[in-house]
Amino acid sequence: MTVEPDRTRTGVEVQMQGLSRSYGTVRALDNLDLTVQAGELIALLGPSGCGKTTTLRLVAGLEDAESGTISVGGRDITRLPANKRDMGMVFQAYSLFPHMTVQQNVAFGLRLRGMGTAARNKRAVEMLELVELATQADRYPHQISGGQQQRVALARALAIEPQVLLLDEPLSALDAKVRAQLRDQIRRIQLEVGITTLFVTHDQEEALAIADRVGVMRAGRLEQLASPTEVYSRPASAFVAEFVGLSNKLAGTVSGSTVTVRGQELPLVDTSTPAGSVTALVRPEAVTLASDSTGDSGPLSGTVIATTFLGATSRITVDLGDTTILAQLGTSEATELPAGSRVTLTIRPDPVLVSAVETAASEE
Amino acid sequence: MTAAASTKTGARPARAGRRPPVAWVGTVPFLAYTGVFLLLPTGIVIWNAFKGNTGGWTFANITGLNTGLVRSAFVGSLELCVISSVVGAILGAILAYAVASGDPDGLIRRLYIAASGVLAQFGGVTLAFAFLAAIGPTSGILFHASWFYDFPWGIAVIYCYFQIPLMTLVFLPAIDGLRIQWREAAENLGGSTWQYWRHVGAPLLAPAFLGATLLLFANALSAFATIEAWEDQISYVVPQSISTSLISEVGLANVHEGDALAAGMIVMVVIVMSGYFLLQRRAARWQR
Amino acid sequence: MAALNQPLADLAADLTGPAAARRPSGLRASQRRRLNAFRYVAFIVFGLFFLLPLFAMVRFSFEGAKPGTWSVAAWTQIVSYPGPPPLLSSIEITLELAAISSAVMLLLVVPTMIWIRLRVQWFSKVMEFICLLPLTIPAIVLVVGLAPIYNKIERYNVSALMLFWAYVILALPYAYRALAAGLAAVDAKTLSEAARGLGARWPTVMFRVIVPNMWQAILNSLLLTVALVLGEFTVAYLLSYVNLQTNLFEISRSSENAGVLFSASAATLLFAFALLLILSYVGRRLRRGRP
Repeated sequence: MTVEPDRTRTGVEVQMQGLSRSYGTVRALDNLDLTVQAGELIALLGPSGCGKTTTLRLVAGLEDAESGTISVGGRDITRLPANKRDMGMVFQAYSLFPHMTVQQNVAFGLRLRGMGTAARNKRAVEMLELVELATQADRYPHQISGGQQQRVALARALAIEPQVLLLDEPLSALDAKVRAQLRDQIRRIQLEVGITTLFVTHDQEEALAIADRVGVMRAGRLEQLASPTEVYSRPASAFVAEFVGLSNKLAGTVSGSTVTVRGQELPLVDTSTPAGSVTALVRPEAVTLASDSTGDSGPLSGTVIATTFLGATSRITVDLGDTTILAQLGTSEATELPAGSRVTLTIRPDPVLVSAVETAASEE
Repeated sequence: MTAAASTKTGARPARAGRRPPVAWVGTVPFLAYTGVFLLLPTGIVIWNAFKGNTGGWTFANITGLNTGLVRSAFVGSLELCVISSVVGAILGAILAYAVASGDPDGLIRRLYIAASGVLAQFGGVTLAFAFLAAIGPTSGILFHASWFYDFPWGIAVIYCYFQIPLMTLVFLPAIDGLRIQWREAAENLGGSTWQYWRHVGAPLLAPAFLGATLLLFANALSAFATIEAWEDQISYVVPQSISTSLISEVGLANVHEGDALAAGMIVMVVIVMSGYFLLQRRAARWQR
Repeated sequence: MAALNQPLADLAADLTGPAAARRPSGLRASQRRRLNAFRYVAFIVFGLFFLLPLFAMVRFSFEGAKPGTWSVAAWTQIVSYPGPPPLLSSIEITLELAAISSAVMLLLVVPTMIWIRLRVQWFSKVMEFICLLPLTIPAIVLVVGLAPIYNKIERYNVSALMLFWAYVILALPYAYRALAAGLAAVDAKTLSEAARGLGARWPTVMFRVIVPNMWQAILNSLLLTVALVLGEFTVAYLLSYVNLQTNLFEISRSSENAGVLFSASAATLLFAFALLLILSYVGRRLRRGRP
């Protein structure tokens, strides 16, 4: 989901500058600069240990930054303790207070702020209606499902009308189906309320689906911060290209502003790439297959070795003789090309990311 | 006591016309043994509590419990047990918190848990001797303090020697069960440390704490050797009264007074232990 | 102060080491510092409270005739104290009692537990209840009911060794819990079905298949029983038997400062502690032996 350009955004800007944090000898966060626009949802994406959760916890105040500043709405909060930061946080799991009912949980933050019983109960019910759980108000956390618990956690975080919403892998502990539904619900609510949000996840599909911008992180640094489509089709580095979606690595030659891969000329993402031999990263869905009845063997012809059925689409592995390549097709087309069929490939001329030959091989 | 009676006469007879429940046989030795040496004595105690001096039935033994010396023994037991269990519970909870808030794999934790395991069982006359060596008026190495002979506070301190480790052992799992996320969520929602404990931590720990205190109470109630070795001239507590009635040659008003005392103790301990089990179940409700 | 080095190192590791990295504690640095200060103080205070009497007891056992002098007289007296009865004989009796009680307890409980687990599952609740009953019926109460029973026993055998009948009962709660945990860890049903499928009869299943997998729990319960017997006073005293603890008690009645009281107690403690250590090493060896 994306935001319509003319929508008025409420919420405040969150700015992180030069944020660093180490644990012993491990540098969890290395000089991070990141600004979340008012009302924006940024998804921090990356593998374990990349620093995304650390960033979130630093913003929340649950950990101390070693250096750098955090500002919310222009105000420096770096030294402010966690309980004075006016942020709402949703944890991965188990964060609801087990001895309180759902409604009491949601009203808890308001109770701490001295709101009267009637007023806070009214607000709690409003929040529960927002997450569509008003009927469960008198139940206890252990009596409701995981997905419902996370919705309550969201209601609880929003009840205090925080300036910023922080979500730490809120869907990781849930079933796949619940995950998708809840993901969309969170995004819908976030847009409705217009709150500035930081969403941490290791699931790239999640990040691409709901974020205004995606921040891909690795080893404590931000590799790329851009819209989902940009991160996907114009990855800034080989790591991003490989972490977000699949890539084929094919040898190619750069000259001018194109790279020639297996006889086909493709445009470059970065037109200033110096000429020479490179490894080009080609998305499987950019590869189309056609049945080859001519028996030619050229750089773009090969044999199907395997098909992976993914539902609406299928992924086909093709042996080109000197290397293998992945293609992604609609399943109905894929079934016409069983293992053993001879095929010719065409690579769609999407801009392609290239990396120097030596380093490509050393990527994880 | 029918179970004891039937198993003492031998193997269970097979039911006519049905396949004999052979598997039952395996439980016979155990039932026989515990029947004779556990259930039977308990039955005897309760049975005799209601027997008169010359045979026949009477409540005299029970009502006799309310007189002078004996009543003061019950009061003494209550005093000593309440003090040692409450003090032991609070101090033990503090120690448990200190252990629980450290490195889960660390040496200190393992050391204190092992020590607690040993010390919780460490009672009896040995404990009395140890304190004698430490603070006895005539022989104490460390310092002399006759205050420790005062009842009930002095001896309660000595009881804490095994009450605190017992509390640490029993209460530690409850503290471990406090999830970090609850603390962080409370903080995130604006709560201070005090507010976290008041609204979240304490309510969650309360059932386990109360249950453990009851366990300590039952434990203190049953203790005999230590106080007997520490000061035996006066019967301060019920166990000592029982001892007197069993051993003493001096005639007692009621022949079965000892049984009545013991029956009275059974009632007390059963009530306390039931409370403990109920509270344990309630505390476990929230641990998934 | 060398003894504090390890705890200090421990605390330092808590604050900065890999453990700290693993553990997002939800506490910021200043809170953590305050907490560690509290922990440090707590451990010292409690440590002193628990160690001082023990230390005093050991120190006193080396005290000579005149205060301030050293002597091992108290320790040699363990074997030479005349009594009557001689302390050595009480020690012998107690050790024998420990052995007999442990053996009887294991023979009574282990086969029954396995049998119940395999054949009469529902009975396990009953067994658990009975085994935990002695926690609610303490020794001081039990002995009142045991008195008439022991009167009958004395007609056949007056030896203090007859105490084992009662000791097994006293040990039940602790031993049962250790054994139950051990049995639960063994998939008794599957193992027994496999063994029977290969033609084994019940005794073989029990003693050659299941019991060997319960070694640690068995050792554990053995240790608990031995520790209990070594320290048992109440039942022996009130049934007018002589064992180690009653003997020491009588000695203390007649001469409160007898050094042998402290040396014997310290020796018992050390013995129990040594057993604990041996158990933990054997347990580790057994665990490592498994795939």
